[in-house]
Amino acid sequence: MSVLQAEQLSLSYESVPVIELLDLQTPSGQITALIGPNGCGKSTLLRGLARLLKPQHGSVLLNGLAIHTVPTKQLAKELGILPQSPTAPEGITVRELVAQGRYPHQEWFQQWSVGDEEALQKALTLTHLSSLSDRVVDTLSGGQRQRAWIAMALAQETEILLLDEPTTYLDLAHQLEVLDLLVKLNQEGKTIVMVLHDLNHAAQYANHLVALSAGKIVAQGKPNEVITEAMVRDVFQVESQVISHPITGLPLCLPLRRAFKSQ
Amino acid sequence: MKPEIPWAVYQTKFFSLRLDRRVPWILCFLSLAALILFVLHIGVGEYYIAPFDVLNTILGKDLGDENYRFVVMELRMPRAILAWLVGAALGASGAIVQGLTRNPLASPDLTGVTAGASAAAVVFIVILPNTPQGWLPLVAFAGGMFVAVLLYLFAWRGNASMSGDSPIRLILVGIGLSAALGAFVSFALTFGELWYVQNAIMWLSGSVYASDWADIRSVFPWILICLPLAFLTARDLNVLNLGEDIAHGLGAPLTLKRGFLLLLAVALAGVTVTVAGIISFVGLIAPHLARRLVGSLHEGLIPAAAFVGGLVVLLSDLVGRTFMPPTEIPVGIVVSIVGVPFFLYLLWKREKV
Amino acid sequence: MAVQISNMTRTHAPKPILIGALPLCIAALIFAAAVSVAFGAADITLQTVWEAIVSFDKTNANHLIIQTLRFPRVFTAMLVGAALGVTGAIMQGLTRNPLADPGLLGIESGAAFAVVMGIFVFHITSLPVYAVFAFAGATLTALAVYGLGSLGRSGATPFKLTIAGAAFSSLLSSLTTSILMFNQRSLDEARFWLAGSVAGREMRLVLEAAPFFFVGLAAAFLLGRQMTTLSMGEEIARGLGQHVRRIKLACAAVVILLAGSAVALAGPIGFIGLIIPHVVRMFAGVDYRWALPYSALLGAVFLLLSDLAGRMLVRPLEMPVGIMTAAIGGPIFIYLVRWKVKR
Repeated sequence: MSVLQAEQLSLSYESVPVIELLDLQTPSGQITALIGPNGCGKSTLLRGLARLLKPQHGSVLLNGLAIHTVPTKQLAKELGILPQSPTAPEGITVRELVAQGRYPHQEWFQQWSVGDEEALQKALTLTHLSSLSDRVVDTLSGGQRQRAWIAMALAQETEILLLDEPTTYLDLAHQLEVLDLLVKLNQEGKTIVMVLHDLNHAAQYANHLVALSAGKIVAQGKPNEVITEAMVRDVFQVESQVISHPITGLPLCLPLRRAFKSQ
Repeated sequence: MKPEIPWAVYQTKFFSLRLDRRVPWILCFLSLAALILFVLHIGVGEYYIAPFDVLNTILGKDLGDENYRFVVMELRMPRAILAWLVGAALGASGAIVQGLTRNPLASPDLTGVTAGASAAAVVFIVILPNTPQGWLPLVAFAGGMFVAVLLYLFAWRGNASMSGDSPIRLILVGIGLSAALGAFVSFALTFGELWYVQNAIMWLSGSVYASDWADIRSVFPWILICLPLAFLTARDLNVLNLGEDIAHGLGAPLTLKRGFLLLLAVALAGVTVTVAGIISFVGLIAPHLARRLVGSLHEGLIPAAAFVGGLVVLLSDLVGRTFMPPTEIPVGIVVSIVGVPFFLYLLWKREKV
Repeated sequence: MAVQISNMTRTHAPKPILIGALPLCIAALIFAAAVSVAFGAADITLQTVWEAIVSFDKTNANHLIIQTLRFPRVFTAMLVGAALGVTGAIMQGLTRNPLADPGLLGIESGAAFAVVMGIFVFHITSLPVYAVFAFAGATLTALAVYGLGSLGRSGATPFKLTIAGAAFSSLLSSLTTSILMFNQRSLDEARFWLAGSVAGREMRLVLEAAPFFFVGLAAAFLLGRQMTTLSMGEEIARGLGQHVRRIKLACAAVVILLAGSAVALAGPIGFIGLIIPHVVRMFAGVDYRWALPYSALLGAVFLLLSDLAGRMLVRPLEMPVGIMTAAIGGPIFIYLVRWKVKR
């Protein structure tokens, strides 16, 4: 099982320091959710983990190896990233999009091997897109489109999947559709690290939560441990009541009103 | 019930290939159309030769008329072949540039290669008219490459963060370079000696007039190497088109691939400038037409754009020669005059949908 | 305080600076104008310039130079520069494309085509007649482009305008080139005009053209507030109650008037419309009430200085200003894009 961790990581965005000397362990085989208010650095952290940003200090380690030393193509076989709001080229079909995920496994002389086809089919089946494979991506619903992108990341056949706000702009049904899919993928053995903006989704779907504020980790652990009224007040500046979900028993955060940090 | 796979897949132990199913058919059709035009092109003109006679002459049969041989083999055939080659190179170059910049309005001109080549050529023709003419193609090519390198340096070097919308920067820098070079060309055209200036303008407007086998020999090797290379890098273009972050996540060495692709596009466009001057618009319309025919995946798009481009230039040259005989309208101008309304029509047709 | 990750750095200077810089720019303009009048193939002191204005002496050769050659030149440069700066800003807002400039509507190629046709077919020779042809060509082309761009359901979208403009420009310049290629006389007569210049325009012509400019500039400044709203997006503008279609037409009319007059008076001069708005945007932001006047001022200053440079560089010859603006503007633009533009 691969282990992805950050060690004394410092990241900047356009020369503004966002994250400084952060340590993070993402438990393998589990779903980790990064939560926090706008501007806390969760997206930046994810991008740093995905090697989309060069760290100012420290490093990201995959199985103990600094990912900056790993050849890009090799890394792409172990780490898959789905950024926020990806745009598909015009007129591309689902099948064509998902096939792009095979890129790291291809060479100029092996452009579509049997293994590629099998991975494609598996990705389509897992995301229930087999019947939609010839549809143009732009014509799909939000949830279907997102599933197509996830299918692409699946075709990459990586053990770890990083997703940046995979549920943004989706309506409720589609949000749950995507999250359920991620749970299923996790059950199949994938490690998932994602940025989520909805606290309750994070509580219901993730095994491990990491709450960030101003570039620092404020709390991390199981949902029960992390989602507390105190945390919500400190990190999100919101007064809330945290109850136990009547069916799942996981924490459910009910916002009451905005709190203002005392001067 | 498994849905029908829309791809043609060719797999062996060491080599595999995947193409959109439509591609082989479309390429066949385009080749056929090109062949027909080719024969027509050779036959038509001041000295008319019937299509069958053209074919026979090419095949080496003696038809009794000595002139046939000369007109077909020495005058017209190289011109027709060159026209097609130039169009193919420009079409492929356009497809690459549009893929690189993720912008359907892009054309090879944006890379500054045409500006560079014209600046170099203008210097050559107007300012140093005494240097031997044979150097012109090389000079133009060198000028084009030089500008492209500048473009690459300005647009991509020093790009510290991995993200950032480089395609835009590429276009903007290209515009800046083209403008600065354009000023230079303008200067030469305004103050140079009239006769030379007229020569320069003629060269600048793109023509395959008086092409011969030597021209083909100088161009063909480049195209022979670059087109297949472009085809092989098609996958990279596909991935780059998904966005920098995703491309990076999929393991594409961005800067390297982009540099290589830019080089290919520039080489292809640059080499056409050396033998045919500036022919704009082919690099813009050919990929669009090709996209309509075979879709957006570059494995099919690049060959299709090449074939469409070849067809367009061949057709334009034919029209240029036969529209107002005996005056020959340079192919660059015909492409513009014919291509523009057609292009507009295509786009507006889409609007109605 | 949470660290703000935002790529929206301060996009414009605070209001006091905006207001304060205005007189500074005007002063710079006057200074540039004065210097332009003073320097040149025949050096003249600033003192003499002042005297030429205040106590004009018909017999003084220098005064004559100033009145007949320098003043018209400087006025032309100021008017044309201001017009181009403003139209560039409007075009960039209208098409929401940072690469737009007045040439986008085909104005320059239309004017060039008309002038060359005039020379070729009608054998026109004098500058004022060129101006008329240029204006007519520019206007007709712009109308055609705008009309073509408005066809279809969605009206004049930025995308369609850009394509229509690019296509028309390409077509017209091809046709223009064909004429120049086949007819040496036309080439000979047209090529200097085609390079764009502010020299040799008679005071009378400048004074005749001036009202067009003033009306256009005034109209543009008045449209400032509307343009700001429109530049946020058509749907937002409509939601705020703006008559989007009318405003777009008004903007297009102003652009045609100003750019058409500019190209009529000075020939095709590129690049001012493209870079000046970028520079202005860096400190005046996207508020068109400020951006437009500043674009006008900076455009005028830039053109004056370009012309000055053109006169200084190859003394006693003169480099047409159209060449200078591109030669200077190109590298500046590249610098901006490479080191300043984040997006």
